[in-house]
Amino acid sequence: MPQSFRLPEGGLIDRARSLRFTFDGRSFDGHPGDTLASALLANGVHLVARSFKYHRPRGIFSAGAEEPNALVQLGEDPRTDPNQRATQVELFDGLSAKAQHCWPSLEVDFNQVTSLASRLIPSGFYYKTFMWPSWKYFEGPIRRAAGLGKAPRLPDPDRYDKCFAHCDVLVVGGGPAGLAAALAAGRTGARVILVEQDNRLGGSLLSAPETQIEGAPSADWVREAEAELATLPEVKVLKRTTCFAYYDHNLLGLLEKVTDHYAPYDRPAELPRQRMWRVRAGHVILATGAIERPLVFRDNDRPGIMLASAASSYLNRWAVKPGSRAVVFTNNEGGYRAALDLKSRGVDLAAVIDLQLAAEGPLSRRARDEGIPIKTGYAVTGTSGHLRLKKVFVAPLDGAGKRVFGGGEPIEADLLVSSGGWNPTVHLFCQSKGTLEWDDSLACFRPDASMQRNQAVVGAANGTFGLSSVLVEAHAAALAAADAAGFSTGGEASTAPTSVEERDFLPMREIYLVPSIKPLGQGGKHFVDQQHDVTAADLLLAMREGYRSIEHVKRYTTTGMATDQGKTSNVAAIGIVAEHLGKTVPEVGVTTFRPPYTAVTFGAFAGRDVDDFLDPERTTPMHAWHRAHGAAFEDVGQWKRAWYYPQAGEDMAAAVNREVKAARDSVGILDASTLGKIEIRGPDAGVFLDRIYTNVFSTLKVGRARYGLMLKEDGMVFDDGVTTRLAEDRYLMTTTTGGAANVMSWLEEWLQTEWPDLKVYLTSVTEQWATMTISGPNARALLAELTELDLSTDSFPHMSMAEGEVAGVKARIFRISFTGELSYEINVPSRYGLAVWQALIRVGQKYAITPYGTEAMHVLRAEKGFIIVGQETDGSVTPLDLGMNWIVSKKKDFLGRRSLSRPDMLKADRKQLVGLLTEDGREVLPEGAQLVESNHDIRPPIPMVGHVTSSYWSPNCGQSIALALVKGGRDRMGERLYAALPDRTISCTVTEPLFFDKTGERLHG
Amino acid sequence: MLLIPCPHCGPRAEIEFSYGGEAHIARPEEPDELTDQEWSDYVFMRRNPKGVVLERWVHAHGCRRWFNAARDTVTYEILAIYPMGQNPPELPEPRYL
Repeated sequence: MPQSFRLPEGGLIDRARSLRFTFDGRSFDGHPGDTLASALLANGVHLVARSFKYHRPRGIFSAGAEEPNALVQLGEDPRTDPNQRATQVELFDGLSAKAQHCWPSLEVDFNQVTSLASRLIPSGFYYKTFMWPSWKYFEGPIRRAAGLGKAPRLPDPDRYDKCFAHCDVLVVGGGPAGLAAALAAGRTGARVILVEQDNRLGGSLLSAPETQIEGAPSADWVREAEAELATLPEVKVLKRTTCFAYYDHNLLGLLEKVTDHYAPYDRPAELPRQRMWRVRAGHVILATGAIERPLVFRDNDRPGIMLASAASSYLNRWAVKPGSRAVVFTNNEGGYRAALDLKSRGVDLAAVIDLQLAAEGPLSRRARDEGIPIKTGYAVTGTSGHLRLKKVFVAPLDGAGKRVFGGGEPIEADLLVSSGGWNPTVHLFCQSKGTLEWDDSLACFRPDASMQRNQAVVGAANGTFGLSSVLVEAHAAALAAADAAGFSTGGEASTAPTSVEERDFLPMREIYLVPSIKPLGQGGKHFVDQQHDVTAADLLLAMREGYRSIEHVKRYTTTGMATDQGKTSNVAAIGIVAEHLGKTVPEVGVTTFRPPYTAVTFGAFAGRDVDDFLDPERTTPMHAWHRAHGAAFEDVGQWKRAWYYPQAGEDMAAAVNREVKAARDSVGILDASTLGKIEIRGPDAGVFLDRIYTNVFSTLKVGRARYGLMLKEDGMVFDDGVTTRLAEDRYLMTTTTGGAANVMSWLEEWLQTEWPDLKVYLTSVTEQWATMTISGPNARALLAELTELDLSTDSFPHMSMAEGEVAGVKARIFRISFTGELSYEINVPSRYGLAVWQALIRVGQKYAITPYGTEAMHVLRAEKGFIIVGQETDGSVTPLDLGMNWIVSKKKDFLGRRSLSRPDMLKADRKQLVGLLTEDGREVLPEGAQLVESNHDIRPPIPMVGHVTSSYWSPNCGQSIALALVKGGRDRMGERLYAALPDRTISCTVTEPLFFDKTGERLHG
Repeated sequence: MLLIPCPHCGPRAEIEFSYGGEAHIARPEEPDELTDQEWSDYVFMRRNPKGVVLERWVHAHGCRRWFNAARDTVTYEILAIYPMGQNPPELPEPRYL
């Protein structure tokens, strides 16, 4: 198929090779050097998309990262990327792209009915209208009708890498400013990284071949600069790399597209698809250029309408005629640049429509000399043409720029380019918290105060538009950065490249909303944000409804909130709001810029941290045994804990019931290795523990153990566990599995910050010990078969510790119990854990030893009313609430003690721990269920009096049991409460939080 | 992400550290002599100034040592690092004021 809009010569494309690609199923040819957009335009394709809300036909609007319309779906699942800007997609052989968000086809899209009804669906319409019975019933269909591309459904097969780099000077942007900066800094020997999102260096120079630098065509200068940079060993040039984020302290995020531009059959298998760089730069030079601002006029969104600078780029860089007959619409001198380019490349130029009352600059003079028809003081009042621009309507404008005269004179054209001035690309600068100022002479926001050290913004990004000034500024900033980084900047390196000064877009007539022959919103649309289909009428509606802050107007209308973040629309929106409110643009101000500058695929953020590498897994020494015996696992923190061990034909409930029974009837064994263990050593260890725990540990005898509760200073329970005195100056603290790291940090914090005088040393020994708990009436008999120790209660009572051998391995044995049964916690060095566990299982066969998991452990402890921190507590529960006053010392100070006497802590209606028994004992309350006082004649608001914290079927009690936090619960014993569920209520009775062996005989068995 | 100069390990990325809130809040020596108001001020009330904050950090994934820092809440610049128990150094006026 011929590329009928390709110019016969020129452009930075390789005409010797052709690349075949498809768009929406149709095949086309392009050349290396093309983007998808330039190749489509070369084939005369303008219509590439349907719009977000109204499904309006849309074309290619720009030639870069600012593209609002030409978003396409690239590739096939799983290698598919939605919302790719055709203007930035490098063409490769076999590329396949599809139009997004249209049905049945791009040309005929049934959803365009939304456009016909558009007067009925302004901003906020959906939220205002679909309120009954609930927005949730409407959200799905509405979101399907609106939207952009489709995310891949299959897992991403590609590999992504993360790289970390440091440099002295990071230069963002490889245009004239960035190149001058990189050269100047690089020549000093400084470590420089130059980042360019394009596949070529040169920036704006690529589209302006007539520009001269150092007395030669700028293309030569760019080539020489690139060649020189390649010779500098400390300089790294990253092309196809977007700096998408500027974080604190000069940390910048880069996305390097490594193989996206290769034909699929050519992609080197050893390379990742993309690399995510995090660069910590000593100095940052932002040379990010500027983005042209379109004019906002009626029906400014048709295919065939684009930015003036984009037209120049397509003509000069890609040798593509973006149309056959063009109209240029401008408010500034710079628009004439496009007019001259179009005319010289053989496009029939119908007219330049200039909002200015007179055009007297060098470019407009040249245009006039070349016979281009110019209408100053005129406006484009509208356009026509469905799938492609056909006509442009123009009319004279009044002196105030508020209205036009006459009905609009038609001009036949298939291309309309507009220029409304330039916006410095300040996104990264603003992400780094830099502030902007409005420059009246340039009519744009430019960088004001920097909030980062060692940062400079140069060139157009800084509002410096003349090429000569740009080069001087960039050069000077780079030398200053290199100097500050300690590199000598003397000698010949210190001259900036020279060029001709052209500030060609000034002067300008600022009119943000171009009037039409009909009132706004009637008979056409003035699009401000084309990607989100936000019109000027939407903005005015928001202000009529009372929105004043630009941040609110933005959120209400969603202007600037699409994937392009308003790169071509934000200033126009601010200008229109300002004009309407009678304020100046700086008074209205800007919205917040946030990363990423352009979208980054999730794969790049994830890098190789996927699948097994997503999160570390911690396993105990006995993990292999649990696996081999069919355990189901649950995650506790990063630990994999055996949850229950289902036997053939058992479901979870059956397995847990069997395990729970076994631990009470004979003996069960639990892997408790995950409990946190901290050794606390030093002459002040006892004093330290007295301050940390609510109860006293300094008086604990060697070899004895005590349960302790830890509070934060606000008096709320933070962790619990048993601490044993191993020696006069040595304690072993156990913590909850999930809380181990936090407790360690908590202890360290107090020792280092508040009590550095205490001689105490902490060592985490969680992983050094394997812990297995045998629990049940036969626990002693079993252990006796594997140890010589005297296990009689007299010599080894409850809450004590003994050291000896178990199965021939040196062990610490703690007689402590979390089940209410006679229990021994056997600790052996980790490497012997599996062997000792297997010995216990082997010898335990005669007692029908039963391994039990965490679920059975929970049931067993709940039968005894033992709390689990994080289940019965949630950071708002005190020891008093738990009924644990017995553990709160009155004789000493400890962390959180003073808070316990605050008035709020003593209120009678605080939630207190109680037990609950359901009326129908077979019914198990759902954990988290809210409790109410009545189940009949209830009308909202219904007071919630508490909630269920733990609830299980208890095979040992033969009924369900639950723990709950209930307001004033201890005074409600015997009271009836109701668990309120979505479809019913369950009635239950408040009891003591203790259901089994209420006298505690078994514990001492 | 901040680059925090750990006094023991050198400059390290923020993810290696944990934040410890405002510095120089000493635990009252005699909590019982405080009114409820005074105690709750100690427990709950913290400054949130625009400008310099004195705060505590711990190099949790490094040397695990605590230290004090002076940081500007506008620029996030870290102006000084000093040991626990020491008074903050003299600091220049923020340059954006």
